[in-house]
Amino acid sequence: MAPNTPKFLKFLQSKEIGEYIKHFPNNVGSSGYDPWGFNLKGVKNILPLSKFLYDSFFRVEASGLENIPKEGRCLIIGNHSGQLPLDGMLVGHALLTNPNGSRAPKAMIERFLPTVPFIGNMLNSLGAVIGDPVNCERMLNMEEAIIVFPEGVRGSGKTFQNRYKLQRFGSGFMHLAMKHKTPIIPVGIVGCEESIISIADIKPLAKLLGMPYAPLIFPAVLPTKVYLHFGKPMYFNPKTKDYRETEANQNVIIVKEEIKNLIDLGLTKRKAIFE
Amino acid sequence: MESQTRKKILVTGAGGALAKKVINKLKTKYTIVAVDFRTEIDLGIPVISYKVDFNKRIFEDIFREHKFDGIIHLGRIGSTESDRFNRYNANVIGTRKLLDLAKKYNVPRNLILSTYFVYGASPYNPSLLDEKTPLKASELTMDLVDSVELENLANIYLYKYPELNLTILRPCNVAGPGVRNTFSTLLSEKNAPVVMGFNPLMQYIHIDDMRDAVCLAFEKNKPGIYNVAPEDYIAFQDAVKLSGCNKIYIPSIPPILTERIAKFMKWKSFPAHLINYYKFPVIIDGSLFSTTFNWKPIKTLDEIFSYYRGLK
Repeated sequence: MAPNTPKFLKFLQSKEIGEYIKHFPNNVGSSGYDPWGFNLKGVKNILPLSKFLYDSFFRVEASGLENIPKEGRCLIIGNHSGQLPLDGMLVGHALLTNPNGSRAPKAMIERFLPTVPFIGNMLNSLGAVIGDPVNCERMLNMEEAIIVFPEGVRGSGKTFQNRYKLQRFGSGFMHLAMKHKTPIIPVGIVGCEESIISIADIKPLAKLLGMPYAPLIFPAVLPTKVYLHFGKPMYFNPKTKDYRETEANQNVIIVKEEIKNLIDLGLTKRKAIFE
Repeated sequence: MESQTRKKILVTGAGGALAKKVINKLKTKYTIVAVDFRTEIDLGIPVISYKVDFNKRIFEDIFREHKFDGIIHLGRIGSTESDRFNRYNANVIGTRKLLDLAKKYNVPRNLILSTYFVYGASPYNPSLLDEKTPLKASELTMDLVDSVELENLANIYLYKYPELNLTILRPCNVAGPGVRNTFSTLLSEKNAPVVMGFNPLMQYIHIDDMRDAVCLAFEKNKPGIYNVAPEDYIAFQDAVKLSGCNKIYIPSIPPILTERIAKFMKWKSFPAHLINYYKFPVIIDGSLFSTTFNWKPIKTLDEIFSYYRGLK
């Protein structure tokens, strides 16, 4: 059991968490950090909370977990929403507690997050890494599983009226997949869109604060039911080494379509937002 | 007879802790000529010592007097010392003078010490910056312009005059006994300022390991640019704690407040122009140096910080 867990989270401890921690990568230095700031102590502290959010608060139902490779590099590509990176945390927890083989993933986060006091460091300690292709490339070479939300802030910052409308996907993840022969596991996330409801984006305030968006939100995280549907691995081998941008863009559309199908599957399965 | 066959090398910045260690290690093998602009350093026989400003004409007399087989340029004014104008003159113009003399007097082997500061502490930095990463420090603060310019200058000489066999080393934070750089000074103090809500990952190298890295790079002579850093990392506030310092939390919102406090307090170990280095990580990839020179640091992080703990 995590010995350093804060007192207020002690009630969430269980033997399972100690087992999960064994699966975390051990490529950390003498102080428990890897080059991206991942920190075993930080993870041990936060795992009870993520377990609580996953099992009790959002009552997550995950399917298709058998599609996630037990080892080796892979990119988990999903739809992004919910103002805060809760979707990333839930997908990460699903991978960690996967009965078919536990993985401790890394997650690519929006570039502005390291500038936010406390949040940036906390996310880094859990395995979140600034969404830079250089970082991603190095981690794929280290055979890591990486969660990427290609919509970026366009997805996380969207308002309630745009829920489940996929925004433009960046193509960076596809170039990495094609260049590094990496399977893509699409995931459709349903439920996070309604957990934090944003009515509007106050752009002048965002500009003033130096943030990508400043949502006018309902001031609570709602306990919506969350569905995660992981699809079959998708492989994209370029026709030539010097492939064209259009080839990558066409592949992005294929992944986007697949994620849309997985979202629809979750929406069909969902009977009510708070079921 | 022996002194005629021994190779002769010039070491600049002889008053600094690293230069003293380098000289002590190399003096059994080479005849050392030590120069420092601040003071004439007594390093005992057989080290020849001069107090001289690189920008003065008299500096060339040292080259006229001695036939050098190599130069190890460790002398520079730190970013918290003197003012921008003097730093630029000493670090950039002075280095140009030194390299011109090295070319004029056919010095076949040259090494320049730079710093990882040149990469700049940006929140958008990826981790493990390699030697090809653009140098962004001057974009973030004018106070590091001389560091970046020194590097640019060295790069020009590296490619324009290959006969100089120039090696440029960019180490991470050098720490340990006698080191007086910004981070070492901070860890030596009882009370250490930290920026609230920011705990950047850092790399530290013990001065003895850095001495070995400098000597190895000079002797093996494989010109190029190299980061020098261990594959071990620690968060800044953990380093502060392990060094036995009391943390003084400086507010981080709004950012201007942190800067104002630093300027008002005039802490040498927490200068306003380096605040970003206390907020965002600059993790460098030292693998090229490690593999090229078959080098690995010997001292652990715990050994580094136990020295500072012992000072309290």
